[in-house]
Amino acid sequence: MTGISAIPPGLPLILGALLLPLLGLRIRAALVLGLPLLTLALIWQIPDGVSLRFTFLEYQLEPVSGDRLSRLFGTVFAIMAFAGGLFALNRARTLELVAALVSAGSAVGVTFAGDLITLVAFWELLALSSALLLWSAMTDQSYHAGMRYLVIHLLGGVILMVGVIGHIADTGSVTFTSMALDSPSHWLMLAGFLLNAGAPPLSAWLPDAYPEASPTGMVFLSAFTTKTAVYVLLRGFPGADILIFVGLYMIFYGIVYALLENDMRRILAYSIVNQVGFMICGIGIGTELSMNGAAAHAFAHIIYKALLLMSAGSVLYMTGKRKCTELGGLFRSMPLTTACGIIGALSISAFPLTSGFISKSMISQAAADETMAMAWFLLTAGSAGVFLHAGIKFPWFIFFQKDSGLRPPDPPLNMRLAMILCAFICIAIGIWPAPLYAILPFPVDYVPYTRAHVIEILQLLLFSGLAFFIMLPYMKRTLTITLDWDWFYRWLGPRAINGLTQVLSRWHTHRRTDFLRHLGHLFGTLFLYHGPRGILARTWATGSMVLWVVILLGVYLVAYYF
Amino acid sequence: MLLANLPALQVVIPLVSAPLCLLLRNPRHAWAWATLVSTMVLAVAVMLAQRVYAEGTISYAIGAWATPWGIEYRIDMAGALMILLIAAIGAVIMPYARRSIRHEIARKHITLFYTSYLLCLTGLLGIVVTGDAFNLFVFLEISSLSSYVLISLGSTRRALTAAFQYLVMGTIGATFILIGVGLLYMMTGTLNMTDLAQRLPEVTDTRTIRVAFAFVTVGVSIKLALFPLHIWLPNAYTFAPSVVSAFMAATATKAGVYVLLRLFFTVFGSEFSFTAMHVGEILMLLAFAAILVASLVAVFENNVKRMLAYSSVAQIGYTILGISLASTAGVTAGIIYLVNHALIKGALFLALGCVFLRLGSVTLKDMHGLARHMPWTMAAFVAGGLSLIGMPLTAGFISKWYLVSAVLAAGYWPLAVLVLVSSLLALIYIWRVVEAAYFNVPGAAMHKVKEAPASMLIPVWLLIGVNLYVGIDASLIFSMAQQAADTLIGQALQ
Repeated sequence: MTGISAIPPGLPLILGALLLPLLGLRIRAALVLGLPLLTLALIWQIPDGVSLRFTFLEYQLEPVSGDRLSRLFGTVFAIMAFAGGLFALNRARTLELVAALVSAGSAVGVTFAGDLITLVAFWELLALSSALLLWSAMTDQSYHAGMRYLVIHLLGGVILMVGVIGHIADTGSVTFTSMALDSPSHWLMLAGFLLNAGAPPLSAWLPDAYPEASPTGMVFLSAFTTKTAVYVLLRGFPGADILIFVGLYMIFYGIVYALLENDMRRILAYSIVNQVGFMICGIGIGTELSMNGAAAHAFAHIIYKALLLMSAGSVLYMTGKRKCTELGGLFRSMPLTTACGIIGALSISAFPLTSGFISKSMISQAAADETMAMAWFLLTAGSAGVFLHAGIKFPWFIFFQKDSGLRPPDPPLNMRLAMILCAFICIAIGIWPAPLYAILPFPVDYVPYTRAHVIEILQLLLFSGLAFFIMLPYMKRTLTITLDWDWFYRWLGPRAINGLTQVLSRWHTHRRTDFLRHLGHLFGTLFLYHGPRGILARTWATGSMVLWVVILLGVYLVAYYF
Repeated sequence: MLLANLPALQVVIPLVSAPLCLLLRNPRHAWAWATLVSTMVLAVAVMLAQRVYAEGTISYAIGAWATPWGIEYRIDMAGALMILLIAAIGAVIMPYARRSIRHEIARKHITLFYTSYLLCLTGLLGIVVTGDAFNLFVFLEISSLSSYVLISLGSTRRALTAAFQYLVMGTIGATFILIGVGLLYMMTGTLNMTDLAQRLPEVTDTRTIRVAFAFVTVGVSIKLALFPLHIWLPNAYTFAPSVVSAFMAATATKAGVYVLLRLFFTVFGSEFSFTAMHVGEILMLLAFAAILVASLVAVFENNVKRMLAYSSVAQIGYTILGISLASTAGVTAGIIYLVNHALIKGALFLALGCVFLRLGSVTLKDMHGLARHMPWTMAAFVAGGLSLIGMPLTAGFISKWYLVSAVLAAGYWPLAVLVLVSSLLALIYIWRVVEAAYFNVPGAAMHKVKEAPASMLIPVWLLIGVNLYVGIDASLIFSMAQQAADTLIGQALQ
């Protein structure tokens, strides 16, 4: 019960983070790198089962409760906090580092929460610190994006909390275990969880918010919020059929929008939605293999997505540009960043010998085992789509393509080291998956490197690669909705694609302006009545106050009479 | 001997001290006297509460006149919790008051201030301890009349109009309660609350009782500032001296809620009030309107003190929402909400008083960049604000938790969601202050601003500390509130 295993592992990160502003640069650096390692050590001290209990209200809280699943997610969160800290060291604002460590700490806190109240507490802290992380970019866009992020997530938190309170009222238990979708409270909890995962219909918060973070901030953001959601879904709703459909929707939502996108970090943001879709689909299938797959994929994804964002972040940091159309040809002067970006891109595409290969295939295999033909087919098609938008499009347009004339050098040493670390992990897991398989929630007897599987994946990737280059003119075409429109008219491709993308983007813009207009109307009306000079806020004459008293007395008299 | 007379002492000490205070012409002496008295009052309250906690309801006959004829003081768990709250807030703000009052009130009025304050304390404590319906009206008037004076002492001339409007409304409210009590007396021939509760069931089916109930409902609604009869409150809180705003927000409206609990549950009985008269549904509707409308007004408000005043109206809505459920869980939630909100709003108004002391203004645009110059004050404001919103590990979370649980237990799903969604509105208006104080560039006049003195900061942080403590360990307040609710509802069942 006592001793080192009873320390909530997220706590050192959160408390240490709050000390950062008071410390000198050197100690700060030591803390930013040391705290995640301390957390990692603590995580592996925690035995299975509950190691800290205390009573709150009339409930038994279990803030430290470990098992294989908690340790897996805790580990990758700690590794990520370390890698991200290394990447951001001495570059990021103090506020950003504080927010990043607090969000890492709350993510770890969620993974070890044995009861729902602790979970909600860390959940809210995660939302708050993520918003702070956005704001720490200190731009107007990041300010507004942070606001929107906070509103949506606090709303999600509220929905979750109503679900939790309802669940406790129904069952009398605060323990966080797997639940069936049999009561409104469980549906509300699922909705709260899914909102953080970036599920429809509110997927848009993710690509809306993350790209406005600082180059270093987005590396942190990408890791914690959505993957915490994956964790709670794994624990709370394994095998819920609806998750298969939600996951498939997210996979294709991510692909379509990423292909239409021009901003390199927004491409990667859409691809987070897409990748989380794979995990959620795996959770929905609900077999041991698919759950293992979802967990392993989350682990691998956090690392390679961080790697991709680090390379994108390095480019942004060195050039200040973020549009694909303004970049290109950077491989000449940024060889290391290019190499790391390619490793990340290969991993996300599940290329053999990378971490994506050994994790994602477990999910599709599980679909095949369960004879879910449609799901398997869509998952495979989705994999091809991933290669299109993230595997090729991202590195091709940033590092190769035309020569943009930019000649920035590779980023500073700490950034390079962080990228090398992540790239190393990606490859290491890909070549030698045994250690990762050993810490998955269920025993693994899955062999990723069979001849048939490797050939299948290579075929898939080769053909989608081929498709990319054949369709390259059209791919470029979609990138230029805002830029160089005329130039590409000389390459005018089939009118069909042209028209379609136009309609799509126009429809999207229309919906957005409509929505904003309605929002403006609503705000105006509210202000009219509630603003400082509105009828509900201004000082009334004493007479009208008394009139209200009389009216109310009348109302009560009538009500009581009948 | 002394211990046996504690219920009387609770009221007599401040009552007798008030005129004595008026004799002390020196402001410093008046302050010292008021501080001493409020400490003694707190000591008595603690002893009384301990006795109630250990032995159950205390009944005390004034002048040893036997109960239905003489005046009875009756303190049950709900009363114990209330006197503890009122006396504690009264004692905590006294060290704070010295600097703040010296700054905000003309020297010649300071003695008057402390005298009125002691009278107000007397009235509020009397409302809680008395078991006699007419005596209740008397104490209500003592507290109201003294608070009109307290508000009128505010530093601008608008304080006078605000006090006047409050006087008109407050008098109407008190008169309505008196009319209600008079009608009850007419039908039953008794004023003792326990006695009334026993005799009323025979005559409940009469028009007189229904009319009495309507008058009491409206009168109490004015006193506790339930929407739409809250209109006196924003101006009163905005223009009163900072200490008075904090004291009234934490105690006066709360005493109003206590009167409602007492009359609806103990005197009329929940069977009559909630089942026969359906007052629960009406209160729920008004409570909900209060939460939404007042929160929205607070969102758009630029004067932070006024913002907090409207926020108080909204928070009263939450309290009444819990009570309107008329279940043990609901009333428990209402009482917890009431106590926690007193702690929160007390702290917030006191923090704002620190700002006013140094800045001379509490509008948002004057507070730009303030956090750099008054870090402790603003940190306290943020902590109190988080509690107001209902972040975990603060008292506000506890109250929202029980409230939502109670609403869910009663089966009002959408209402529970709306309660929590509306707490996001609190987030917005607190955020506007945070944004101004932490994220905006300070103006030129700002560099002269210093941190508030320790004598003011310590009371603020004391209240914040209690907030955080309740957020972590709410077992005491929960058990007290639950016992209180049990007694209140149990009495109705007898």
